[in-house]
Amino acid sequence: MKAKFLIPLILFVILVGFLAIGLSRDPHEVPSPLINKAAPTFEIPQLAQASQTFSPASMKGQVWILNVWASWCVACREEHPVLVDLAKSGQAPLIGLDYKDKREDALVMLERQGNPYVLSAFDADGRVGIDYGVYGVPETYVIDQTGIIRFKHIGPLTQQILNQKIYPLLTELKKS
Amino acid sequence: MIPEFGHYALILALCIALIQGILPLVGAHYGRREYLVLARPTAQIVFMLLAIAFVILAWSFYVNDFSVLYVAEHSNSQLPVMYRLGAVWGGHEGSLLLWIFLLSTWTILVAQLSKALDEFMVARVIGVLGLVTSGLLLFVLTTSSPFERLLPAAPDGRSLNPLLQDPGLVFHPPMLYMGYVGFSVAFAFAIASLLSGRLDAAWARWSRPWTTAAWVFLTLGIALGSWWAYYELGWGGWWFWDPVENASFIPWLVGTALLHSLAVTEKRGGFKSWTVLLAITAFSLSLLGTFLVRSGVLTSVHAFATDPKRGIFILIFLSLVVGSSLALYAWRAPKNTLGGKFSLSSRETFILLGNVFLVVSAGSVLLGTLYPLLIDALHLGKISVGPPYFNSVFVPIMAPLLVLMGIGPWTHWKNTNLISVIKRLWLAGLVAVCAGIAIPLIMGQFTWLAGLGFLLAFWIIASGCLQVVRQARLGKPTRSFIGMQVAHLGMAIFVIGVTMVGAYQEEKDVRMLAGETVTVGGYQIQLVGVNRVPGPNYQAMRGTFLLSQNGKPQATMYPEKRSYFSSTMPMTEAAIDVGLTRDIYVSLGEELSDKAWAVRVYYKPFVDWIWGGCLFMALGGVLAISDKRYRIKLKRASA
Amino acid sequence: MKAIVLIFASMLFLQTAVANDAAPLADDPVTEQRLITISEEMRCLVCQNESLAGSRSDLANDLRREIRTLIKEGKSDEQIRTFMVERYGDFVLYRPPVKPITWLLWIGPFVILGIGIAFLLSYLRRRNTLVSSKILSEEDNQKIDALLNTLGKNQRDGMNG
Repeated sequence: MKAKFLIPLILFVILVGFLAIGLSRDPHEVPSPLINKAAPTFEIPQLAQASQTFSPASMKGQVWILNVWASWCVACREEHPVLVDLAKSGQAPLIGLDYKDKREDALVMLERQGNPYVLSAFDADGRVGIDYGVYGVPETYVIDQTGIIRFKHIGPLTQQILNQKIYPLLTELKKS
Repeated sequence: MIPEFGHYALILALCIALIQGILPLVGAHYGRREYLVLARPTAQIVFMLLAIAFVILAWSFYVNDFSVLYVAEHSNSQLPVMYRLGAVWGGHEGSLLLWIFLLSTWTILVAQLSKALDEFMVARVIGVLGLVTSGLLLFVLTTSSPFERLLPAAPDGRSLNPLLQDPGLVFHPPMLYMGYVGFSVAFAFAIASLLSGRLDAAWARWSRPWTTAAWVFLTLGIALGSWWAYYELGWGGWWFWDPVENASFIPWLVGTALLHSLAVTEKRGGFKSWTVLLAITAFSLSLLGTFLVRSGVLTSVHAFATDPKRGIFILIFLSLVVGSSLALYAWRAPKNTLGGKFSLSSRETFILLGNVFLVVSAGSVLLGTLYPLLIDALHLGKISVGPPYFNSVFVPIMAPLLVLMGIGPWTHWKNTNLISVIKRLWLAGLVAVCAGIAIPLIMGQFTWLAGLGFLLAFWIIASGCLQVVRQARLGKPTRSFIGMQVAHLGMAIFVIGVTMVGAYQEEKDVRMLAGETVTVGGYQIQLVGVNRVPGPNYQAMRGTFLLSQNGKPQATMYPEKRSYFSSTMPMTEAAIDVGLTRDIYVSLGEELSDKAWAVRVYYKPFVDWIWGGCLFMALGGVLAISDKRYRIKLKRASA
Repeated sequence: MKAIVLIFASMLFLQTAVANDAAPLADDPVTEQRLITISEEMRCLVCQNESLAGSRSDLANDLRREIRTLIKEGKSDEQIRTFMVERYGDFVLYRPPVKPITWLLWIGPFVILGIGIAFLLSYLRRRNTLVSSKILSEEDNQKIDALLNTLGKNQRDGMNG
């Protein structure tokens, strides 16, 4: 008879527990359903040389990184120096996906801030972005030798994320 | 200089509120009279200090003092005066100050209007309210002070989000908070009675008018919010099951259950511990809502700018207040005495059955709102729970409740002959079924959902009419009775509005050149032209539309597309022709390449009955409070 | 000649007499209707809780365009939903899919309703027997009266809870 009066308190404590955990989670971050799935195929013109195309199939056999960026995106400019560092490390080739951008603006940005990309593909209408589940620029994918997406980061890359997540992952993938 | 006074007022208020919270409770526990009598004076001082702080903040907005950070973030010298004052509660810090100010307002009202109440009870009630006030003041002073300075002062403010530059902002939050905060009184009474160890029916009698008043405010606040969203957001929706909307609706559902449960406890002395639990729950849900809106835990259109530190503080505060209340409940509630006997078929049972439906529906809205958080916390992924879920679950649970609403008032206390009740209601049932079939057919298309909606609404209306007729024969009805009829009628009106709009609204998305006409719902809307029109802090493109029906002109409508100087996003101000049986809603879209404009028009039948129904519900509550019994108490209290 | 002029004149007159009906914004209202129904139940990912149907953001425009293409290709509602979920996850659906982790969500309220009603009715039955057993018999009442009288109190307190 008396125990049932404790039920509201117990339920409340459980609720608070979940709310407390909730405080440490970000409700805006959308995890990608593409992890451990094949990178969607595409073939689109390159940014610098419009007559040439790029396709992820051409990267099979190596571990590589796809970075979605745009000249109109403020966070991309913040992230740029980190990308330059990543490219310098030589750990994996960095391919850019210029998302819904103007060619001239994009090329100017690369000239001004440096070009960390082996090359950039030009996704004019955002179709490729949709296939990759892009919803906010910048976004970065790590893709392995068989073309499977192993990691996605949403938002600008930082040195911390490179050191804690990406470099270790690259090392591990290259081993197998 | 002046904002610092505001800050000092808050600090002083915290100190006095602590005294108000601790000493009377100690006094009541140990029988120390000298502590008991501190309750009212401290409440009065806290109220005055908070009023001063509030006025100072409002003043800072009025004179455009941009050396105050909060003012600089939410106001602008070009902002019209009315919105400058509304902006006082346009952001987190100011709205929290409003919350606390309204809490002390309720406290002072209880203090002044409870002269006839036993002083131990008064001391405990005011004490509990003082503790809650202290907690919130501590929160404001440590993480969210509205008086923080911005030095050097900004030349001008960031301005208020254009969506909030609307009369709705001036009325919706205060009304809503009066409701939210008002449940603290029922909460305080419940805690006071648990503390005293005497869980008698007197507590219920005292709580009832306060709870009804809070419920009235909450009803109006939610209705205002819904109506505001309808005309402001530009695409005619009135409820989105957004987490913040749910945060206000869940306490409303529990508050409604509490209202009815208090009736049982007051009249028959039964179910005291259930009612106490409801009182604790209603206010806890208000606090939970406050947490959800300000902590960043859920995605919402309404959410205030988030800061994890604030989230942690509110969560701790919430845990302490609710946790200790529920612990007190678990300890003291079992000791209460049982009430009078009543059979399984009686008014008590019907009210309690209604309670079950209300509480379960509140629980399911809460479940849907928190489920994404639950799944995410368990690292099981990210899902969304939106309108399709809530509509699918909420409606089936509420439908039986509407049936009960037609039967319940016919039942007697203690024992009732269900067969005779049903015999009386056959006419109401007939009317309901006819309405359920006929109205959809009249409107042009029969759907089961529409039929059900009209059946339930007219069931309630017909049953109510029969009750009024019967009562008229028996003598003059009490205000309480009239209040109940009006409130239940309000519910029926609400259901009619929702059903009509849901089933029979028409929408057209067209491209219009000057001179062209679009037809919707039997009305013709013709575009005359679009002109540039300047505003106080924006530039607008204003369309002129002629509304006619069967060739006869009815009105001219002026929807606008505004570009505010302080924002990059253009705002749509829809034009609405309001009518008793329909709204015509015209929204101006973008200008298209060939000088045509994208225009969206809606025909919304009976949409205003949605908010009209809420008004009736609130009116019913007001009538119930103004019942003779409470007026006598008022006279005695002020004597 | 007069006849031809008359005919032309009357044609012109008719043109202006009939009000010009505005053309629908969408090229294909049927496709548009389906688009609205599908996208109303989807979330706009860049907005704070707006539907894909209502949002004016760039991504929402792109996704709506994508869905229009899929509709024209003859894809069913289910296939379109799968398309979106493959790229953005369950998060994009406002109607949570019914799978083991959402059973509690979909079934929970009704189960609790059933339990609540059953519990209420059984509790009320139990309560009635409990209350009956607590009501004092007439004999006991007389004993109380006698006791109270000896203590000098004539009033008998009411029995109530």
